[in-house]
Amino acid sequence: MSPTASPYGQRADAGPPGLAPKLLGFCEELRGEGVAVGTSEILDAFAALEQVPWESQDDFREALAATIAKSQEDRRLFELLFERWFFRAAEAEAIEREVAEEGERHEGAERLDIDELREQIRQAIVEGNDGEMRDLARLAIAAFGREGEGSGVVGVDVQRIRRTLELTAGPQPQAEGTDGAAERPPIDRDQLNRFERHLRRELERDLIERTETLPPSRPLAELDRALPTSPTQDLAAVHRAVSQMKRRLATLGHEQRGRKRAQTVDVRRTMRASLETGGVPMHLRYRPKRPRRPEIYVLCDVSTSVTSASVFFLSVLHALHDSFRKLRSFVFIERISEVTEIFEHERDFTAIAKRVSSEGGVADVSGYTDYGRVWLEFLAEISEDLDPRSTVIVLGDARTNGREPHAEVFAQVAERAGRLFWLNPEPKLYWNYGDSVMAAYERWCDGAFECWTTRHLENFVNIVAGGVPAAE
Amino acid sequence: MANARTPESVAETKQALAEASYLADEPAALVSFLAQRLGKPILVEGPAGVGKTELAKALSRASGRELIRLQCYEGLDEAKALYEWNYRKQLLRIQAGGEAGWEDVHGDIFSEEFLLERPLMQAIASAEPVVLLIDEIDKTDQEFEAMLLELLSDFQITIPELGQVAASSMPIVVLTSNNSRELTEALKRRCLYLWLDYPELEREMEIVRLHAPDLPEALARRLVEVVRMVRDLDLKKPPSIAETIDWARTLLLMGAEDIDRETFEQSMSIIVKHRTDIDLVAERVGMKLSAPQAG
Repeated sequence: MSPTASPYGQRADAGPPGLAPKLLGFCEELRGEGVAVGTSEILDAFAALEQVPWESQDDFREALAATIAKSQEDRRLFELLFERWFFRAAEAEAIEREVAEEGERHEGAERLDIDELREQIRQAIVEGNDGEMRDLARLAIAAFGREGEGSGVVGVDVQRIRRTLELTAGPQPQAEGTDGAAERPPIDRDQLNRFERHLRRELERDLIERTETLPPSRPLAELDRALPTSPTQDLAAVHRAVSQMKRRLATLGHEQRGRKRAQTVDVRRTMRASLETGGVPMHLRYRPKRPRRPEIYVLCDVSTSVTSASVFFLSVLHALHDSFRKLRSFVFIERISEVTEIFEHERDFTAIAKRVSSEGGVADVSGYTDYGRVWLEFLAEISEDLDPRSTVIVLGDARTNGREPHAEVFAQVAERAGRLFWLNPEPKLYWNYGDSVMAAYERWCDGAFECWTTRHLENFVNIVAGGVPAAE
Repeated sequence: MANARTPESVAETKQALAEASYLADEPAALVSFLAQRLGKPILVEGPAGVGKTELAKALSRASGRELIRLQCYEGLDEAKALYEWNYRKQLLRIQAGGEAGWEDVHGDIFSEEFLLERPLMQAIASAEPVVLLIDEIDKTDQEFEAMLLELLSDFQITIPELGQVAASSMPIVVLTSNNSRELTEALKRRCLYLWLDYPELEREMEIVRLHAPDLPEALARRLVEVVRMVRDLDLKKPPSIAETIDWARTLLLMGAEDIDRETFEQSMSIIVKHRTDIDLVAERVGMKLSAPQAG
């Protein structure tokens, strides 16, 4: 990225004054994040800004968003960057001039009792008064900071403060000490979120002042697309990944159908057609290309080291159900157990994770993965159903904890199944280190892939659904 | 109300929309305002039933312009969207012309008299400024989108036999999309983008109260809260604003005073319309509501 694109570098002078260069820089950075901002969009943005009053933050932002960010994904990036470009300007200026708010800013906090603060914040949230909420958020941070519980990580602190303040969405508990007549009005989620946003802004402001640097501008695109690492992660992220994948997979089939190459001649239909021309096969008939819809068996390691990645992976596959003819899922640690049903009934990601771990019944004694035993069980119980059309996918780190890997049994499974893929949630670098026996299994697989970002996963689903294997 | 002039401020647009019984939120009002000031089409996206089409209708009522609607579907082509030559009339003309020379007839049958105007053409040719609604653009194919480009950026249509037909008045164009496929960059580039989402609690309350004014406030609040609970579930088809309003009216007809479990189960089918969804909602939301005796 060019130095002009970074607004908070060590640049001594702020570049040419005025809004135009600023807006151009903003668009430049959006482009860097993969938003398609064309010259015509920028011209529109300027035209739009001429029509709205600038003193209103909302109007300014919405006018820009309407002309620049033209999908929801774009809008999300827009919001992230907008905040940094246009509302960190004051902070950036303050650092440059070495101005800091003097000690008096948290003056009120010394006197304020935490219970009283709690009530006031509730009041402000219910009333939806933004200015009030902001001031109270500052007080809360100060009061909280005094108790020395600050972790320095903004996201963590927001939640800790919220808990200390006993703020939850929904009906509020009765206030202590009162006779119960004064019922508190309920707080709804949106209002609470708004307060949390204020908290976050103020915490970030604090952080900026403490460290005297602005948060680095980093390419958001890459960071955002790593696989979710905890089951509590935003379900929306899962849905986003799935819907993107679905769209790509849906168009995949069409490309294939349009291609004339590598078609097989349908001899029977060619002969039938040749009757018209007196038995001379003038017109070749081809077999129609049908998108491959494999029968899939997924085996997932759910031992603690890899649970979240595998549950995420399983739920993605289930969401993509249309692309497969039949999908059966199994989880294993020391034993193997089928969980297809859980996915058919449960739609909530966390609930799935919970049910898989509680009902799977796969942990025996130690809770360490025993791959050898899993293959033996799988071969004995399931392998009769396998046929050359079926695809087996294993998701696991291949760490046997020192137990017998039974690679020969695995080889038998591979032989019965049409295709066998291994997905390893560890980067390739770590394979075969320590107790990982990836190499022993890899030779029997039709493909072994590392899979720790949504992109890896998408690539892989492409392959399974009959696409071309993407280059590593 | 029926004035075709452009509004002076966002607040004015919002006010005009409110008078046309459409409660716009800030972004919607702002984009409508910009569209009129800049003469650019609006592309509205969002889940089904958040009032995308309604926005266009309200704009037409608010600005006193006629609404011309083009409903898109798969296989929609120029002949149905733009114009078509009235070939039967052309044939008649040729037959009736009799002895007149070919040259005359040729020049004659490709004139505007023999042109059948379809919605897009109508919008362009209309003497009065109109609101043109192109509904569910994502249902058509990319070729159709490409055809729209000329119309959207220059407000003109090229007919090979006639030349360019430019707009005699500037229409407000609203395109809606359910996001079932990605629209082309070229189309997006020419539009202002507006994402409409389910409204916040307070605004939805206002909307319900506007369309069902007899509903008591407490009940309206309860209703909107329940609908929000239902939307939070992962449903195949979450209830839309229109369905919320329908439900409010149903409750009025039923004479319900509170939403308890029984009322909910009786009238649930108005907001949830999928068998699996019904099971899920009954289980998750129905249980949270108080039993009739307690309520």
